[in-house]
Amino acid sequence: MSELYQLSIHQAHKLLKQKDISSVELTKSVLEHIAAVESNVQAYITITEGIALREAKEADSYIASGDITPLTGIPALIKDVICTQGIRTTCGSKMLENFVPPYDATVIKKLKAQRMIMLGKANMDEFAMGSSTENSAFFPTHNPWSLSRVPGGSSGGSAAAVAADEAIYALGSDTGGSIRQPAGFCNVVGFKPTYGRVSRFGLVAFASSLDQIGPITKDVTDCALVMNTIAAHDRRDSTSVPYPVPDYTQQLIHGLKGLRIGIPREYLVEGMQSEVRTTLEIAIKKLEELGAEIDWGASLPSTEYALAVYYILAPSEASANLARYDGVKYGFSEQNASAAIEAAEKTRQFGFGPEVKRRIMLGTYALSAGYYDAYYLKAQKVRTLIKRDFDQAFEKYDALVTPTSPTVAFKLGEKIEDPMQMYLSDVCTLPINIAGLPAISIPAGFADNLPVGMQIIGKPFNEETILHVAFAYEQATDWHKRRPPI
Amino acid sequence: MKLSHKQVKHIARLARLGLSEAEIEKLSLQLSDILENFSILKQVDTTDVAPATHSIPLQNVFREDEAAESYPQSEVLANAPRQEGSCFRVQTILE
Repeated sequence: MSELYQLSIHQAHKLLKQKDISSVELTKSVLEHIAAVESNVQAYITITEGIALREAKEADSYIASGDITPLTGIPALIKDVICTQGIRTTCGSKMLENFVPPYDATVIKKLKAQRMIMLGKANMDEFAMGSSTENSAFFPTHNPWSLSRVPGGSSGGSAAAVAADEAIYALGSDTGGSIRQPAGFCNVVGFKPTYGRVSRFGLVAFASSLDQIGPITKDVTDCALVMNTIAAHDRRDSTSVPYPVPDYTQQLIHGLKGLRIGIPREYLVEGMQSEVRTTLEIAIKKLEELGAEIDWGASLPSTEYALAVYYILAPSEASANLARYDGVKYGFSEQNASAAIEAAEKTRQFGFGPEVKRRIMLGTYALSAGYYDAYYLKAQKVRTLIKRDFDQAFEKYDALVTPTSPTVAFKLGEKIEDPMQMYLSDVCTLPINIAGLPAISIPAGFADNLPVGMQIIGKPFNEETILHVAFAYEQATDWHKRRPPI
Repeated sequence: MKLSHKQVKHIARLARLGLSEAEIEKLSLQLSDILENFSILKQVDTTDVAPATHSIPLQNVFREDEAAESYPQSEVLANAPRQEGSCFRVQTILE
């Protein structure tokens, strides 16, 4: 390790605390590296170089007086679906191309209180709808491990940047796998907290009962450090829970003796890439070596309905959440119309991309008179069954392990024409959002020189056990230390 | 079960979404394909199963109705596509 931009949060914190490096030096190193590789990766929509350097200087003066916490002076990238006051927040869409939020999301306020350094806003699938970042209205992001391949989505920019050391860490958002799947494709750690654990205030809403903000980091320790800061009750988010937040770094323990881990057979899907299966099997053997009790016979029978449930519920909620984009108070506005309805229709016709339109249409249909019972209500009932499966499984197991995705990163352009094919890449991650559970994706090996992610799912509000299993595995392997060839 | 252009136009009107003829055609095919995949839910027995309206056990999260500072008008209007005085300017709603 020779360059500052290659550091993790905890490594950089140690050096900052010891005054071996300054936040300005660290930030400059990352910014120079961004300049060197960004034309190939395209992870950033907005780079806030001036702000970053100013914040780094301020952080240094606090550090000099001994005022330092683990995230102080550490440069981060924020997914462009999270509101940052005074900094353009586009959600990857023409609809918000020039939107500048008048307020910070709660998670941003919390990170700023620790004196984080804002590097910029990350590229993403438009309004968080997608699994490849190809739905960004601006440009696709490229997977640093193979530039002709997708980084995954919708937090593709965040994951690619962390993988390419274009940020020490990032924030993403996850509605059906949008943190975990790109983390899996890019060989980084991606964590979706339990629904309600992290405030959604300032997170531009896609599906309100499924969305969560979470960290994308270079290792599990970093993940725990970010979680310590962003997990909290928030008065401004009535779906955030008033439960105490533990110190997540206390669960970073070696060894898994006494832990019961179930491998739900339904996740080893038929269309799964065989090398991904073998890689995962080897990773699970490692968990066993570390002392965990593995049960290959775990079963979540309702898994096969999760895709349908998700693609009814999420678009339905999205159709309501995206109704606000009508060109009246902010955003893209088509002025060439004679009446308000026509103006709204044209604004939405030209402001939204094809995937967003598709999902708004799906959701509107599922909620419309005559179809509500057959689609939306039915999906909500099956959602209860999916949740029940997990509740029953967690009576027997402390954690569940699955592949993060059935395949490694696919090629740019490969699935974009076939919506169903694209949706299928999230089969392993969707059920977790439906049940509101916490889950992580960690590097678990390579297949064809492309990263393979392992997903660890936990009980509601038991993020600690996930971090424990993830840390123990990570420390017994080397995958997270590998760097892409860019 | 293919969605007709008429049905697609109806949904688009409900969603206040303008669509070109090409988009209407494409969507009628794509939506039909996607909805076909959802027919799998018909076979699930959900008798006596309550809809999962909440994934967390929170109900009636209230606060006291306390007046506080709101955002300055200038900030609220800063992103306005069209502004007139202290108002957002819109097209005709009523004839």
